[in-house]
Amino acid sequence: MTRNPLRRVVLGAAATVSGIVLLLALKPHSAPPPALAHATVPAGPRPSSSGAPGASGPKHTGTVTGDTEQTDYGPVQVQVTLANGRITGVTALQTPSDNPRDQEIASYAIPQLTREAIAAQSAHIDAVSGASYTSAGYIQSLQSALDRAGG
Amino acid sequence: MGTVFSFDVAYGAGLRVPSAVEAAVASLHTVDAVFSTYRPDSQLSRLARGELGLADCDPRVAEVLGLCERARERTDGWFSTGYAGGLDPTGLVKGWAVERAARMIAEAGAYGVCVNGGGDIQLLGEPEPGRPWRVGVTDPLRPGALATVVESAGELAVATSGTAERGVHVLDPHTGRPPEGEAVSVTVVTRSLTDADAWATAAFAMGSRARRWLEDLPHAEAFAVTADGRGWRTPGFPAAVRTSNGLVGRAAADGRPAPGRPSGRG
Repeated sequence: MTRNPLRRVVLGAAATVSGIVLLLALKPHSAPPPALAHATVPAGPRPSSSGAPGASGPKHTGTVTGDTEQTDYGPVQVQVTLANGRITGVTALQTPSDNPRDQEIASYAIPQLTREAIAAQSAHIDAVSGASYTSAGYIQSLQSALDRAGG
Repeated sequence: MGTVFSFDVAYGAGLRVPSAVEAAVASLHTVDAVFSTYRPDSQLSRLARGELGLADCDPRVAEVLGLCERARERTDGWFSTGYAGGLDPTGLVKGWAVERAARMIAEAGAYGVCVNGGGDIQLLGEPEPGRPWRVGVTDPLRPGALATVVESAGELAVATSGTAERGVHVLDPHTGRPPEGEAVSVTVVTRSLTDADAWATAAFAMGSRARRWLEDLPHAEAFAVTADGRGWRTPGFPAAVRTSNGLVGRAAADGRPAPGRPSGRG
């Protein structure tokens, strides 16, 4: 449910820190998953190359593929289409599919997350509030794609 | 269910801010290790099994349990830590942890702090000089759409409780069953995410009684999406745009009533 750091990375801003932390055990539904952390913390007032190169790089146009992120429910991998540094589309390359329930969830959750990521950009939104979703892997893969885009 | 925590921090010459963000991230992991009800070795789990006394736990355990008790009283028992017979403060811990992380970063000199923990958000300061925060609220009935946008300056907390994609996750503590009533999601806006998280959790569990309770709750505003798609909001809810439910309005910051808009409180 968190598109804001993605927007920040895409749009870029001086003196901005963006980060995503996955803390998977606070409200899980089943078995305790591993806690993952991915925080982007530049050392200076502008994001550094080791952190979020997207915030300070040239505006990117094209398609970038994110990392495959492992979630409780299976692997998630997305591909992002950018035009002048803005998200215009997200395609899910891999989603959880071990059982019909996972397939059902992925079939609507991924398009929803994608539309929200795009809507949040266009509505000039700082953050989005909503009931929790299984978005960890989606966000991670999307973030890695944007980092890779460098814009 | 994974929870994503995101940080969006604006700062000028606040050189301590990056290390404060790192410390805030570390604090979230510590909170998870101490409070997780899904880790059998967490202090909370051991406390619930009687293996640890409260005095043996991290002092934050007593702090959180005290806040839970306060929330229980404020919500007439609708907020409860007694879910499934165990000791479960998760309806408040996430909001508390996010608020705490945000304040750590603000105290280091950031002028704009936004921390979003799985859709529950604490905002401090301002995103840019002179611009209010804008927080979208997802519409559970229309995937991909926003039900409304909250616009408010300064200290702001927004928490939403509702049915998640993997099924109902809030139970009526009085019956142990999913809440009856019309709200599909309830969003509470106030200054502290500790309060907003607990109140949204309680309000969703209240079902059809939530609206009246939220209207009477001081220093908070609320918005709900209902199954019939009509929705409702408290008179001072700081909505910024036309919503999917036909609710239109622009209200002043910090829960003050909008000009020309009646409100039962100030």
